[in-house]
Amino acid sequence: MSRVLMRGNEAIAEAAIRAGCQCYFCYPITPQGELVEYMARELPARGGAFLQAESETAAINMVYGASAAGVRTMTSSSSPGISLKLEGISYMAGARLPGVIVNIMRGGPGLGNIAPAQGDYFQATKGGGHGDYRLIVLAPSSVQEAAELVMLAFDLSDRYRTPAMLLADGMLGQMMEPVELPDPIDPATIPGRPWALTGAVDRAPNVVLSFDLDPQGLKEMNKGLQRTYQEITERELRWEEVDTEDADLLIVAYGSMGRIAKSVVRSAREEGIKAGLVRPITLWPFPYARIRELSERVSTVLTAELSAGQMWEDVRLAVGDRAATPFFGELGGVVPTPRDVLSEVKRYANG
Amino acid sequence: MPKGIAVIDMERCKGCGLCIAACPFGVLGFSEQYNSSGYNVACMVQPEKCTGCTICAQICPDVAIEVYRKETAKGAA
Amino acid sequence: MPMVETRIPEGYTKVFTRPEALSDAQYTYCPGCHHGVITRLVAEALDELGIRGRTVGIAPVGCAVFLYRFFNCDFVQAAHGRACAVATGLKRANPDLVVFSYQGDGDLGAIGTAETVHAANRGENITVIFINNQIYGMTGGEMAPTTLPGQRTVTSPGGRDTRLMGYPLKVSEMLAQLDGPCYITRQSVHDARHVGLTRKAIVQAFRNQLEGKGFSLVEVLAACPTNFKMSPEQGNTWVVEKAMKAFPLGDLKGA
Repeated sequence: MSRVLMRGNEAIAEAAIRAGCQCYFCYPITPQGELVEYMARELPARGGAFLQAESETAAINMVYGASAAGVRTMTSSSSPGISLKLEGISYMAGARLPGVIVNIMRGGPGLGNIAPAQGDYFQATKGGGHGDYRLIVLAPSSVQEAAELVMLAFDLSDRYRTPAMLLADGMLGQMMEPVELPDPIDPATIPGRPWALTGAVDRAPNVVLSFDLDPQGLKEMNKGLQRTYQEITERELRWEEVDTEDADLLIVAYGSMGRIAKSVVRSAREEGIKAGLVRPITLWPFPYARIRELSERVSTVLTAELSAGQMWEDVRLAVGDRAATPFFGELGGVVPTPRDVLSEVKRYANG
Repeated sequence: MPKGIAVIDMERCKGCGLCIAACPFGVLGFSEQYNSSGYNVACMVQPEKCTGCTICAQICPDVAIEVYRKETAKGAA
Repeated sequence: MPMVETRIPEGYTKVFTRPEALSDAQYTYCPGCHHGVITRLVAEALDELGIRGRTVGIAPVGCAVFLYRFFNCDFVQAAHGRACAVATGLKRANPDLVVFSYQGDGDLGAIGTAETVHAANRGENITVIFINNQIYGMTGGEMAPTTLPGQRTVTSPGGRDTRLMGYPLKVSEMLAQLDGPCYITRQSVHDARHVGLTRKAIVQAFRNQLEGKGFSLVEVLAACPTNFKMSPEQGNTWVVEKAMKAFPLGDLKGA
C-alpha cells in the first residue's frame, strides 16, 4: 500500500493497471482526459497496449477483440461516448466477454456540458444497449473507492464473464484526494479463460459469438445470462449505511451525491434530526431488499441525485407505500451544496 | 483409362452448374439425381475425357469436388 | 438417397481435395455464390502457410456469419462493420495470433468505413478479405456502397441514380492512397485462372502479416446470383462485363 495524492481519473487508471489491465482503448472526451493521458504514458511503459481509437464505437470493439483474445481490458469515456459504446457493450454481454467500461458522467442529454451529473443511471442500469442484458454497475464516492472499485470491476467481470461499468461523475474524476493504492494483483490469480481465442492447437476451435439464429438456442443462451444475473444479484450487492439504526429519515444517494449526503446526515444529526443514509455502491444489482427493510422503520425515504430522478424509480420500487418517497435533484451539471440538501431534509423532518 | 477422375460429393453439390460450364473438355453435366436438399447434382457425363486438370474443383463454390490424376512413369503428375 | 460410391482405380493420386482448415460443415451459401470459393481459398492459405493453429478469424454479419462453422480455427463474430476494430483488439492483445477479417461491401465499405480506413492507416498487422458483390445479400438485395450506376436493387428499384445515391465506392483505391497499408489488391474468382490469382494474393496477404509488414487487404469481386436474379453462369458474366469495368483488377498497392 502506498498513500499518494491523486486525481480520481488518474487513480482509476493506476488501479486498472494494478488490476492487470493489459489493453486499454479510448477516444478523447472531457471530463476523463486525465485517465486517457495517464494510460498513454503508463500502460505501454509497463508492458501493456494503449491505443487511441478512431471513435468510441471502435474503442469498445477493440475491447471486444482484446477480451476475446483472453486479456484484461478496459475503455473509458463520458456520457455521449458511452452512448456510442452501447452497441459493443450489448455484444460483449451476449458473447460473455469480460471487460471494464468507465463512465465519468457529464451533463446531458446530447452534447450537454462537461460538468458533473448523474443522468446516465438509466443507461447504465437498465440496459442502454439492445437485448436482455445487465451490466454490473459500481458507483464510487471517493477517489479511494474509485481505485478499489475499478479493481473489483475487473474481478467481477472475469468471475461472471460479463462486462462491468465503473460509474462516476466529473467531480470525482477531477477531484484530488489522498489515496492508498491497492497492491498490484498477482496475474496468476486471474481466472483462466479456456474459452479465449488463443489458436486451436490440441483442442477444438473456440468461438466467441453473441448470436444464435435458432430461437430455442437463443432462449437457452438468454436463460444462461439470466442465471448469471441472478447469481450476481444474490452475491454481489454492496452498499454503505450511515446512522441507519435509529433513523427516521433515510437519504438514498450514490456517487458524488452520496458523499454530499453523508455530510448532510452529520449536520442533520447535530440539529437533532434522526437522519440516516443508504449509499448504493452496486447500482446494478440494486439493494432493493435492504432499502425496503429500512423503509419499515422510517417515515421518509429521500432520494437525492444529480438528475431528474432516475435512481428514484428504483427507490420507489423498493419502498412502495411504506414511507414517503420525496426526491431532491439538481440538473445540468449544477452541484448542490450540503446546505441545499439539508434544508430539504429539514423540510421533511419537520413535515 | 482416363487421365483424371473428378469425384463429386453429391451431398455438397448445389447443382449450380459452374463446374459444367468451366470444364474445357465437356466431362461434366447434370445427372438425373437429386440430393437430400433437392439439388440436381452434377456428375461426369464423359468421364473418359477427364484430364484431371482440377478446373472444376477450383471453380466449385461448395468444395464438393475432389480430383484424382493418373500417375505417370515419372510419378504423380 | 443413396450416395454413389466412386471407386478410384489403382494408379491414381489425389490432386485436389478439401483444405484441412475447412471443417466438414456444409456451406450455407446459395448455389453458385462466389463466397464459397473465396472461403475455400482462405482455408487453403492457412494450410499452405501452416498457421491454422494460431489463426483467429472474424466473421461478419450477413451471408458469411456462419464462417466459424466452416473453418477449423478459432473464430469470433463481430458487430456489423466493426471487424477491423475487433481485429485490432485481438492483435494488440496477442501479436502472435494471425488475425483475419472476412467482410462484405456493406460491412467494410458502409457501416464499417471508419474502422477499415483507420485500421489500414495504422498499418494494423492484419489480413482483410473483402468480398465486393455490389449488393447486400442476406438482408434481401439492397443497394450497397459498391452497387454500380444504374444497377437495380430492392432499394434502388429504378437503378442506382448517381445524382441521388452517389457512386460505387472505390474502397481499395481509397485505401491504396494511405501510407499505412502494405498490400491492397483487387481480384476475382469468375474463372479458374483468376481463382489461382486470388489464391496467390490471399497467401501473400497472410505472408505479409507473418512477416510483420502490416495491413493487407484482398478485395475479391463476386456475384450474388440470388439477388441479381441471375443464373450462376450469368453471375460470372456480370463480374466480367460489369463489375470489372467499374472495379478493375490488379494490385493497387504493394505486391
